Amino acid sequence: MKPAWIIAKRELNAYFDSLIAYFIIVLFLAFSGFFTWLAGNGDIFFRKQADLNVFFGVAKWTLFFFIPALTMRQLAEEKKTGTIELLLTKAVTDRQVVLGKFLSCFLMVAITLALTLPYYITITYLGKVDHGAIWSGYLGLLLLSAAYISIGLFASSITSNQIVAFLLALSIGIFFQFLFEVIAGGMTGFIGELFSTLSLSMHFESISRGVIDSKDLIYFLSIVVLGLYLSEISISKR
Amino acid sequence: MDILIQHLNKSYGPQKAVDDISFEVKTGEILGFLGPNGAGKTTTMKMITGYLPMDLGDVLIGGQSVKTGALKKQIGYLPENNPLYLDMPVMDYLAFCAAIQGVPHSAIANRVLDMVQVCGLGAEKHKRIRELSKGYRQRVGLAQAMIHDPAVLILDEPTTGLDPNQIVEIRELIRKLGQEKTVILSTHILPEVEATCDRILIINKGKIVADGAPATLRKQAQGRQVLQIRLEDAGVEDARQALASLPGVSAVEISNPSELRFDVQSHPEHLSNREIFELCVQRKWILAEMIPLETKLEDVFRDLTVN
Repeated sequence: MKPAWIIAKRELNAYFDSLIAYFIIVLFLAFSGFFTWLAGNGDIFFRKQADLNVFFGVAKWTLFFFIPALTMRQLAEEKKTGTIELLLTKAVTDRQVVLGKFLSCFLMVAITLALTLPYYITITYLGKVDHGAIWSGYLGLLLLSAAYISIGLFASSITSNQIVAFLLALSIGIFFQFLFEVIAGGMTGFIGELFSTLSLSMHFESISRGVIDSKDLIYFLSIVVLGLYLSEISISKR
Repeated sequence: MDILIQHLNKSYGPQKAVDDISFEVKTGEILGFLGPNGAGKTTTMKMITGYLPMDLGDVLIGGQSVKTGALKKQIGYLPENNPLYLDMPVMDYLAFCAAIQGVPHSAIANRVLDMVQVCGLGAEKHKRIRELSKGYRQRVGLAQAMIHDPAVLILDEPTTGLDPNQIVEIRELIRKLGQEKTVILSTHILPEVEATCDRILIINKGKIVADGAPATLRKQAQGRQVLQIRLEDAGVEDARQALASLPGVSAVEISNPSELRFDVQSHPEHLSNREIFELCVQRKWILAEMIPLETKLEDVFRDLTVN
């Protein structure tokens, strides 16, 4: 596992070395901060409730767009410049490479989310807060991010073009984010049930309401495992 | 560690890139891998490093198959186009390579400094790789291949992009390393092979067409002696006829009539220096020059790979 961690550290350094990390953090905080506190119609002061549901709803969409931007270069860039060859001939397995890349993106997202903790502190001054719901909301965001990161890595593993990787990650992601739910709404019976189970938003909402169900955890973890497994298969084909 | 390559095969679709190649490289040997573009050099090297899976056959390093992946720490690899993380500073990149190759944490800093010194990167060590010239990038590539002190070095065209001084330095470095390591290097610069390698392997269209020391290969291809001579005080036609009538000579060509230059080819396994000298003494011609024409490695290469 050590090689995966070494790769993760390198990737994380690369994010902070270039301006990508700061750019993403600033944009994320600006978006989520604006809609949570300042937007007027629909923000926390409008709702007059001491919770972060507004923030979780906004973050769900912000992360949906930002994560593909983080993952798109991971494997596609290495394939394009040929550094993947050098990396894979070192004492690492294909799996460790994929895990290392996953870990770096996940840490990047976790750092970004950690910077929103002042929101949490702020609302504790505004009213009586359901702390369990807040923490499970953050857990939901982390699980959602993990799922989108593994989808993004898979998209990045099958192309050497970053733009293609970005768009592909978004188009796979939109099904989980949005379309499965829409399809489920138009269907009844088993098929409706199936698509409703596949919809990521459904699972995210139940967690962000404060209900941590093992079904939801299994759902997110299966997406992560499947995405990483497919990425590994894709880079082992050469 | 010895490298044993057994019946290696690799096809890309219908095209056979490597066609049943077998050879052995011993510890302390520097093997030069020669061949025209597309002959299968790079493919073979990628299979030796374990990067590309092989269709058939096996590569054993120190008796262990590379397919297991357990040998990666024993191999240092410099790929063809020298891909590097351009955004990283040289020192950080080397430290990353050392860490990932399993160099103990406490030894990393020393190994990095060693490599910086060995590869002459002292002045550039704090720059980002992107800012380096091609020659310095190549040195970084060599440094990352050697950072974990591997027993086997696979270098795919290690001297491309270097200036003549750097080429000499890198050659010396490779020769020094080759004393205790097993080195396979590919190139199509022929003087380079003669200068660095103990043994040459020429491949063409995926097959081995020659294998041996540079001198041996040259001798094999030479066959018959060719002498270039220049006479003085002789008539052109007269001299040509006299030379052609010598018993050991098979053919005479006038290469420059006004300077009285001739190319004299002997019969196989026959040397005619003595006969020519005696003829000149007898006819009172001055033998101004007599140069044996050596078959160059270029000729050997061309003979074997053009068809």
